[in-house]
Amino acid sequence: MALVEATRGSPASAKSEDWSLTGIFQAHPVLWLLAVFLLVLPAFASNFVLIEIFGWAMILGMIALSLMFLAGYGGMVSLVQMTVAGCAGYMVAIFGTTVMTDISLGWPWWVGVPLAIVIAVIFGTLSGVLSVRTEGIYTIMITLAIASAFYYFTLQNYTIFNGFSGFNAVRTPIAFGVDWRSAVPFYYLILFWAVLAYLVVVYVSRSPFGLALQGIRDNARRMAALGFNVTAHRIAAYAFAALIAAVAGVLLVWHGGQISPGTAGVGPVIDILIIAVAGGLSRPIGAFIGAIIYVMLRTFALDALVAVGLDGKRFQLLIGLGFLLIVLFSPDGILGLWARWRARMQRPNTHGGRA
Amino acid sequence: MAVSVAERLSAVGTANALELRGVTRLFGALAALTDITLTVRPGERRAVLGSNGAGKTTLFNCITGDFPSTSGTIRFFGEDVTHFPPHERIRRGLRRTYQISALFTGLPVIDNVYLACRGVSRGRYSLLRPRRNDALMHAAENLVQAVHLTGVKEQLVAELSHGQQRQLEIALALAGAPRFILFDEPAAGLSPTERIELIEILTSLPPHIGYIVIEHDMDVALRVVESVTMMHNGRIFKEGRPEEIESDPEVQELYLGGGHG
Repeated sequence: MALVEATRGSPASAKSEDWSLTGIFQAHPVLWLLAVFLLVLPAFASNFVLIEIFGWAMILGMIALSLMFLAGYGGMVSLVQMTVAGCAGYMVAIFGTTVMTDISLGWPWWVGVPLAIVIAVIFGTLSGVLSVRTEGIYTIMITLAIASAFYYFTLQNYTIFNGFSGFNAVRTPIAFGVDWRSAVPFYYLILFWAVLAYLVVVYVSRSPFGLALQGIRDNARRMAALGFNVTAHRIAAYAFAALIAAVAGVLLVWHGGQISPGTAGVGPVIDILIIAVAGGLSRPIGAFIGAIIYVMLRTFALDALVAVGLDGKRFQLLIGLGFLLIVLFSPDGILGLWARWRARMQRPNTHGGRA
Repeated sequence: MAVSVAERLSAVGTANALELRGVTRLFGALAALTDITLTVRPGERRAVLGSNGAGKTTLFNCITGDFPSTSGTIRFFGEDVTHFPPHERIRRGLRRTYQISALFTGLPVIDNVYLACRGVSRGRYSLLRPRRNDALMHAAENLVQAVHLTGVKEQLVAELSHGQQRQLEIALALAGAPRFILFDEPAAGLSPTERIELIEILTSLPPHIGYIVIEHDMDVALRVVESVTMMHNGRIFKEGRPEEIESDPEVQELYLGGGHG
């Protein structure tokens, strides 16, 4: 906000800094520290930490981010985002190279991956077409129905989706002379797309498209009375969110090296909702905060329970309790807790900036 | 009013601004509007009066398409808009305000007005943030100034006072190039000073912009219009000039006098 302060003298120009590209780079210092940390992480972290903790968290974070975009800005709680990612993952497996040679087409990645993303975006957009005329609980029900339908379809279809076992040994491509399967390049690949997705969402949130989406969230009827086609705008939001989820889905299938109906089963679909809500739906960073907490709990809850002499099999209980506590104490997840803590610290010298 | 009626009317085209023919709106078995036939010339400024439940707001909802009419036709500057969705009518120059402020409480004042400007121009789906000298941002700034909200333009709408929210409500309706505006009780809950400001805003609108105003405060209503339509039980009950309506014995009995009796 420094630039805004500097130009405050002339009201005609004071407003514009906030609207331009520079707004993105006026990030909170914590975000800059986080960026540096993530960039230098491969220098000292093991491959396990790189890929199974941070890599996985960033992929799940991107999918949760696509939900955050729809729910936080658009007021549409879509449970179909994990399914969109799963759809992209399946398409990568079908177009690319796997052990299922009689199904997989073995096309080069630069054909298969863009095509997979296009198909997943179409799938996500069509899900939007079906659900945007509903509100609240009905949106959740319809998108959950689509997600379940996709799950059962992939489970029972053997000609395209290879049923229960899905696709194993999905090969991450070697491109531009880099083997993207090895840990450090793959980590940076995920980091690149996760950061890009984050920045794009932050940027778009203040664009006409993003502002209008927030207007629709606050009062859809008034938006129509201002000349906006609310239905079309909501569908476009689904398409935009699907693009983020689809890119994440490509990374997801490369991350696991396999994809099966369970990848986008009802469990993972709900997990994405939990991640987004626990992290906080009010700002894009919440999706990634929720994802890292989720991955940490998934990875270490079992060991933590055994360490204190409890049955390790109860680790799901610990995860559930953790998220229950977060949501119980703060409706806006971790972000809400953070905002409240900061408000308490800053109360004596409050600035007039936006929350 | 500074500009004469005749001057105002000559500034616009020949087709009627609004032409309603036999507009009826049913809610189940209840007829909220029955056979409304109404003609408003371009630039004309009219008040719609009537007790609660007379169908005034329903009339607005049918004109904008918030609720489609059950039967009848609605023409806007000669064009049949009966089956148009609301946003198509708005893009043709129709505007409205709401009786209960319908604002975007999670966004700052300036963004509310910016959205209103964007809604009636191209680039609604633009993914690019407005540039430094964006024309619509300037338009939004000017509108914010016109309704005296410059001091709070960066504040979230949820933090505004009632009076400020009412002023913002009007600013949203003035965005773009309005040709005809429907004001639904713009003075509701305003202080006497704010009412004077409101009258100023309404009377200083460019002459080609006509409007219909629903208003219970006769002091406000009759000072900003040149014609009056009285509604009762979903029907048009009487039409005339403000002074005719004010002195009409039937009207006085029904509405102005012991209306609540």
